[in-house]
Amino acid sequence: MTVAAAKPHLSREHMLDMLRQMIRIRRFEDKCAELYTQEKIRGFMHLYDGEEAVAVGVIAALEKRDRIVATYREHGQALVRGVPMTSVMAEMYGKQEGCSRGRGGSMHLFNAAANFYGGNAIVGGGLPLAVGLGLASHMQGDDLVNACFFGDGAVAEGEFHESLNLAALWQLPVLFVCENNLYGMGTALAISESETDIHRKAECYRITSEIVDGMDVVAVEAAARRAVQAVRDTRKPYFLECRTYRLRAHSMFDPQLYRDKAEVDSWRPREPIARFQGWLEANHMIHPDEVSRLTGEIDAEIEAAVAFAEAGTWEPVEQLSRFVYADSVVPTGQ
Amino acid sequence: MQQELPGTDPIELTYREAVRAALRDALARDKRVFLMGEDVGRYGGCYAVSHGLLAEFGPERIRDTPLSESGFTGAGIGAAMAGMRPIVELMTVNFSLLALDQILNSAATVRHMSGNQFGVPLVIRMATGAGRQLAAQHSHSLEGWYAHIPGIKVLAPATLEDARGMLWTALQEPDPVLIFENVMLYNISGKLPRDAGAVSIDKAVVRRWGSDVSLITYGGSLWKTLEAATALAAEGIEAEVVDLRSLRPLDDVTIMASVGKTRHAVVVDEGWRSGSLAAEIGMRIIEQAFWSLDAPIGRVCSEEVPIPYPRHLENAALPQAPKIVTAAKAALGRA
Repeated sequence: MTVAAAKPHLSREHMLDMLRQMIRIRRFEDKCAELYTQEKIRGFMHLYDGEEAVAVGVIAALEKRDRIVATYREHGQALVRGVPMTSVMAEMYGKQEGCSRGRGGSMHLFNAAANFYGGNAIVGGGLPLAVGLGLASHMQGDDLVNACFFGDGAVAEGEFHESLNLAALWQLPVLFVCENNLYGMGTALAISESETDIHRKAECYRITSEIVDGMDVVAVEAAARRAVQAVRDTRKPYFLECRTYRLRAHSMFDPQLYRDKAEVDSWRPREPIARFQGWLEANHMIHPDEVSRLTGEIDAEIEAAVAFAEAGTWEPVEQLSRFVYADSVVPTGQ
Repeated sequence: MQQELPGTDPIELTYREAVRAALRDALARDKRVFLMGEDVGRYGGCYAVSHGLLAEFGPERIRDTPLSESGFTGAGIGAAMAGMRPIVELMTVNFSLLALDQILNSAATVRHMSGNQFGVPLVIRMATGAGRQLAAQHSHSLEGWYAHIPGIKVLAPATLEDARGMLWTALQEPDPVLIFENVMLYNISGKLPRDAGAVSIDKAVVRRWGSDVSLITYGGSLWKTLEAATALAAEGIEAEVVDLRSLRPLDDVTIMASVGKTRHAVVVDEGWRSGSLAAEIGMRIIEQAFWSLDAPIGRVCSEEVPIPYPRHLENAALPQAPKIVTAAKAALGRA
């Protein structure tokens, strides 16, 4: 654990909250997997198991007013950001009480109140959008940080390179957060990239970059605080490469033919929750009973979220075409 | 190609100048508006539309971009979502394909997919059409493809009045609007009232009244169609010319009113015939005005070839006034 760099935030309360956020994501998604097998949740669903420290660490460093663009593997970001779990679960069900009115599902969680600009399910597609948010910040003269999460798979897309270039060229306040879990779906990084050191690509665009152990929530938060501060102060982009690992399948349809079980097992000891919890216990910062209490509270929240989703309602078919365009168009003409 | 418009104190100008006047007006009136695209600043615009605007509004608001269509179109989407009113210029419709992901998967979907939490008040302008011997990668008319997409609006200003007036109205829309400027129109000139301003963007307009056949068209083909109507008049056929102006949504009411009156329809569309906007319009007429028709609907579209370079082949590939005349007469059984 690289605690030294994060000393100002090492209060016991904060540590407990970070642990709680990670457990909350994990248990929420475990429940989602169960609900998926019951066919309560359908479509594509991508779980974050093993990567929780990235969302928790990075979002802890952001202010509420900062903006977030995420990917289709965004349950964790949405929950940490404060999108109510009830509305996230209702969205998973496709109910109109969901955070996107049920229209987006697992891959398209949106929440304007939380400045959560959505799960974008076109790999790399969120990067230009984040650049545009940064451009608005630049032109409006605000002090926001515009954070953009994306995976290592996005690095191969042209939009990645276009976006890094634009953000650097125009000096825009964008925090690029690469969640490098070593696989774009089933294709290993080494099979898709000539340069597997992703942060070096950012350097080519003269963007300050940093690599961090994405399985270590304290290290992620410390790096993210440096990054966020840099973006806030300099109004320039910053690139954070979080090296992490997805312990579950890519999606619920993935038989994982592309990697050995031994490889997955080799990553399990580095799994962020047990690792952080063990460290906290070893340093007498937490008692196992407290973890039980946290878990109990989280389970109650999940239970309530499932009940909320179950009780949710289907959007009337009559509203199918509503919001293709805005309801009330501003009067045109002079 | 001249047109006379009512209004006091008219000024003579080109279509290009009319678009520029619209841009200048919007930039002056709304601080949230900025223009972004390839060579819009220092070069003055590929078709010289934005010439002079950099000096007037500065590099922040007349923003030259790298050759990153997807990147800067997506940036326009993000900026629009965060309260700006960007005008993105894509040099030609062929290049816009490099930004199609952002236009379709983000701009057109975000409002519906987010349950109305976010909108994208973005205007994208681009040149379209053939006729300048620019060959098969700079000459196509793909606006019909864009008109296929729910969530965006698609405009085709064919007149000076619309070139001057559609932009401001488009900028007031809460959703993305694509404006297609046919490259053959930039040099047309005529008179506009000095105080010309915003126009509606949701109605087709009858540009020539007639009782025998409805010629339904838009954009660069409008002038060829009017030319054909004049030739038809010399043969005693009074053609009505409908300028669609908006390709999405289509103004069915105006189309059907015209067809209901003339009982004959020919659609003129510079896009390729198969799967074209002309096909859509024809089908809507079948659905809504079938019993008004006295004859099968005709179509004049581009030939199904990549647009070739030599003048004679390019001309042969495009709708031209004689082809429109022939199609109109065929619809009337007077071939």
